[in-house]
Amino acid sequence: MTLIIQDLSKEFPVPNQAPILSLSKISLTVGEEEFVSILGPSGCGKTTLLRIIAGLDSATSGSITLDGETIDRRSSQMAMIFQEYSLYPWRTVIDNVTFGLEMQNTAKRPARDTAMKYLNLVGLAEFAERFPYELSGGMRQRVAVARAMAIEPKILLMDEPFGALDAQTRNMLQKELLEIWEKTKKTVLFVTHSVDEAVYLSDRIIVLTPRPGRIREIVENPLARPRDRTSPEFARIRRHVLDLINESSQPKEDLIVHPPSL
Amino acid sequence: MRSPRILLLPVLLIVGWEVAAYFIDNPFVLPSLSTVIPILLHPFSTEYTLGTGSLVENAAASLFRVASGFLLAAIIAIPLGIGMGRSSFLHDFLDSTIELLRPIPPLAWVPLALAWFKIGFVSIVFIIFIGAFFPILLNTIDGVKSVKKTWVEVAETLGARETDVLTKVILPGSAPTVWTGLRVGFGIAWMCVVAAEWMPGISLGLGYLILYAYNFGQTNLIIAGMVVIGVIGILIDQVFRAGERRWFSWRSLER
Repeated sequence: MTLIIQDLSKEFPVPNQAPILSLSKISLTVGEEEFVSILGPSGCGKTTLLRIIAGLDSATSGSITLDGETIDRRSSQMAMIFQEYSLYPWRTVIDNVTFGLEMQNTAKRPARDTAMKYLNLVGLAEFAERFPYELSGGMRQRVAVARAMAIEPKILLMDEPFGALDAQTRNMLQKELLEIWEKTKKTVLFVTHSVDEAVYLSDRIIVLTPRPGRIREIVENPLARPRDRTSPEFARIRRHVLDLINESSQPKEDLIVHPPSL
Repeated sequence: MRSPRILLLPVLLIVGWEVAAYFIDNPFVLPSLSTVIPILLHPFSTEYTLGTGSLVENAAASLFRVASGFLLAAIIAIPLGIGMGRSSFLHDFLDSTIELLRPIPPLAWVPLALAWFKIGFVSIVFIIFIGAFFPILLNTIDGVKSVKKTWVEVAETLGARETDVLTKVILPGSAPTVWTGLRVGFGIAWMCVVAAEWMPGISLGLGYLILYAYNFGQTNLIIAGMVVIGVIGILIDQVFRAGERRWFSWRSLER
């Protein structure tokens, strides 16, 4: 499986003005079983990039291909997990998880079996018949993960999925996500504005500049998992990524005068 | 069970009524409770209704008219509201006209209804339709617009087609608000029927009954008819509320 993004740009039209360039010439290749984070300050277009890949928005120019096939609309090869709670409150947990399978006309029985398998994976099998409002924020996002996984996509797109959670829950879910990822070996594209989260989770970190979003640098993260957030190696990568972000927040002239170090 | 103090005022009012009736001593202005209750205790009898239909017959006639007008309004307003909530073109196309017609009280349509549909069932149903239509329509539009964009996008990323989005996200997501519209719409329809039954040429219905009783100077029958109108209104509202608790509790429980 290879996802190739080439020269992708996105402009937003503004009435009576020049359009705003949100993403500029993003090129990126994501391989099998990779965990890739897209990191950048707010307004850098990282969510827009993910939405374009998901087929929810369209690019102004550039192309996306998955295994050689052009992706220009929604594809069942990909499933997205949103930042805000996105479960259907009128459906029970298991009926939320079977939603995607219903859309693919899977029979009820096998759909429920698949759903239970993924609810087990996220540790919520016993909550199958509950309603979302009975669940905590962290549990809801686990259900959202199970719902996305249930359609067995090749790529999971995650848009700051833990952004609304408290720090403790967030750390716990990051750990669980890695466990799930190691079991299922899906490719994950993970949008975040948290340097710590990106370094903890990913194989590679795509650091974007502020608007318009360009790729500032792609940071390789070779640390073995489980990662120790307090180790010097972790701190070194973290520092490097932070420097990239701080530098790119400076006016553009600075960027030209001081080329990236390391 | 709430505290008995909610019953305090009704009891005081009834006692006050009896005392006032005793001192006024004029059953045309204020009949004693004892002349009203027997009417209510014989809902199937025509003896207590001065030879016109019994309470039950009159209530059934009113209910049938309201149900007809209300259902017609729901059948048209709900799909239209979904269309207007989903399509900004349709919304912009219809909105100004709707805003223009909406403030006109349903009863202001009576003369026009008579001109168009003549005396009878159709005219009454038309008035009720007008009364129920706008609350159902506006709540449906609101409900559809309140469906979270993320819910739709989740469905789309999971492979939903346009019809799936409509039936599995938009409809269930907006259902609680649509239901509120139905409840409010029914309440207004019920208010309209009484006055609509004052149109000439009507000879059955609770509205007709109380006006008929007035012509005979039978205020006790007027009050009995009003009690029936009120009780039916409360009962149906309670049915809607029970439906809300039964099916749509998720809306209030969701933060």
